[in-house]
Amino acid sequence: MIIQHRKKAFIISGVLILAALFSMAYHMVVTHPGSLGLNLGEDFVGGTVLEMNLGEEFEVDEVREILQAHGQEGASVQRVMVEEDDGELVDEGVLIKTGIMGEDARDDLVDSFRERWEVPAEETRIESVGAAVGAEQRRTAIIAVAVALVGMVAYITFRFEFNFAIAAIAALVHDVLIVLGIFSLLQLELNEPFVAALLTIVGYSVNDSIVIIDRIRENIRYRSKKEYPEVVNHSIMQNLTRSINTSFTTLLVLAALMVGFYVYVGSFDLIVFVIAMIIGVIVGTYSSIFIASPLWLTLKERQFRKAAQGQ
Amino acid sequence: MKKPDFKWIAVLLVICIAMLAAAYGIFQYADRNINRGLDIAGGIYILLEAVDIEEGREDEALEQAVTIIQHRIDELGVVEPVIQRQGDRRIRVELPGYEDERTAREVIGRTAMLSFMGPDEEEVLTGEHLEDARAQRNPRDGQPLVNLEFDAEGAQLFEEATARYLNEVIFIYLDDEVLSAPVVQEVIDGGQAQIHGIESMDEASELATMLRSGALPVDLEEQEFRMVGPTLGERTEDIGIWAAGIGFLAVILFLVIYYRAVGVLAGVSLLFYLALVLGVLTGLNATLTLPGIAGFILSIGMAVDANVIIFERVKEELRDKKTMLASLESGYNNALSTILDANVTTLIAAIVLFALATGPVRGFAVTLFLGIVCSLITSLLITRLLLRLAFRSRLMRSGNSLGVKLS
Repeated sequence: MIIQHRKKAFIISGVLILAALFSMAYHMVVTHPGSLGLNLGEDFVGGTVLEMNLGEEFEVDEVREILQAHGQEGASVQRVMVEEDDGELVDEGVLIKTGIMGEDARDDLVDSFRERWEVPAEETRIESVGAAVGAEQRRTAIIAVAVALVGMVAYITFRFEFNFAIAAIAALVHDVLIVLGIFSLLQLELNEPFVAALLTIVGYSVNDSIVIIDRIRENIRYRSKKEYPEVVNHSIMQNLTRSINTSFTTLLVLAALMVGFYVYVGSFDLIVFVIAMIIGVIVGTYSSIFIASPLWLTLKERQFRKAAQGQ
Repeated sequence: MKKPDFKWIAVLLVICIAMLAAAYGIFQYADRNINRGLDIAGGIYILLEAVDIEEGREDEALEQAVTIIQHRIDELGVVEPVIQRQGDRRIRVELPGYEDERTAREVIGRTAMLSFMGPDEEEVLTGEHLEDARAQRNPRDGQPLVNLEFDAEGAQLFEEATARYLNEVIFIYLDDEVLSAPVVQEVIDGGQAQIHGIESMDEASELATMLRSGALPVDLEEQEFRMVGPTLGERTEDIGIWAAGIGFLAVILFLVIYYRAVGVLAGVSLLFYLALVLGVLTGLNATLTLPGIAGFILSIGMAVDANVIIFERVKEELRDKKTMLASLESGYNNALSTILDANVTTLIAAIVLFALATGPVRGFAVTLFLGIVCSLITSLLITRLLLRLAFRSRLMRSGNSLGVKLS
């Protein structure tokens, strides 16, 4: 069944990848030059995050006015939950993201908030990353992803026949591009944990492909070329329950974490990487079923045709 | 049909109860002892970089700066602070549980200042004029002391001061701390002075280092600053526990609905798996961070994978009309290489992250790695043991217990 529809799957994935590349190219040129079209957060480009408990309900505009007075017009302001002494959650917190601010500028800004909101205003979270550290972390992230990819590709190539390796790697690249594309399209902000999420996605995607490939490898023995499509189909179907069950349980726990954060913190800010994992698990499951094995079959059939022509 | 074998059922029950009890104990132990990262425990992280240091002196200057900062942090009363050199020019400071960011920065940032004060609180001399400070033993009684040497101007100031306060006390301050309060017994010229009353030679050399560097300021610039208030951190942990709990229950529910009785046993070993990961994390003194919690929760989902692969295999074998025990064994054997192959790639990701990342992401790498290893151990050894017992005792004797309908 799946094999008959493989062309459709290839087209869908091709379109998705093109859209991802287009979004990245567009944002790279228009929004964030030199960043692969991704919205890089303070960990990677430097910047300051200030989260404060203002102790009462407030108007976002008022916060903006104070920021403006400090020359931070471009800052983003978000309302977040804070916990009161009795444990009740109230949306009296504010999350501010500005460009890189030095210690003194930061203190001045906090002082202005303290003047306006007097005693209750207190910092609950500060993250301030300088440009140099940001650039280093960006470099480390790229190296980490590159090393992990090379490591996995080497392992797959070593363990599996060449065509299997190509298919698994294609599925992997497919997943990474689509996740990056969605992040580029939605302009979700990426920080250091995103690298962890990306590598986990890569691991998950390859893991999924390997389980199916292993099955094909096992089932294909003593079969003739003509039976290949049927064997691949059968192998995918044999694994379908597993693929869906595992993805389902993983999505369940990730969703629990995401919902928990949204309810209790009022912002996805700290767990953007969990969103990446959720997208990655969905895309990874799809690609292991509809891309990796069908692609292997396509490569194999081409190989057979070439061999036949050569005779 | 043979009757269930109660001897084996008893063994199975005892093992399950022991595992649950062990898991409970480990959870308690981990909750008390696990090392919580700054993003959960709350606290301050500062990365400082030395600017404008004389070339060739970087090492010495930074070592001195670390010593000074250590000494100053002690004033704050932070439990288990970390003050470490990082690379050539950087110093990393971690203050778990401390949230007064301004005091912390102020205390770290100021330059150690040596000053001599008369009994009338008048400053007579400062560290500016200090040329050198060396720890040594008093040749007379072998007691440790720090020998101070002043420059020409300092020597003169010191001579004047000792003349003025003859037979009175001169206080030697480092920052706000009185180091020593000797009584001036004679007018001292030649620009030499000593600080007595130091307890050990180690303390004397530390003091000498501080004095020398107090006189030689290293300009430290903030490169990175992170502060998480303890309430936010606590909330993060609560959400993590909540999500882990919900996720775990959902997974168990799924396993039981889908794999029936076998799912129950998988649930028992999954609970044991969670305890195992937390226990090992605690035992290795690894740090639990927010990405680490996410990794842990993710691993609940992934730990089920090995079980699912195996159960699906066993089902297939059952459909081929094999006996329960034979299906179990061949199911496991067939699934083994797949499971190992599939997990190697995620292990590669974990190792790379561990080697290259810092801070919270490193915590993620550790939980991911341990999660995979522990899930392999529990699914390949423990679940298998439980299933073997359940099948052998004939407690589960048909495909029904795995949710298979055999025609």
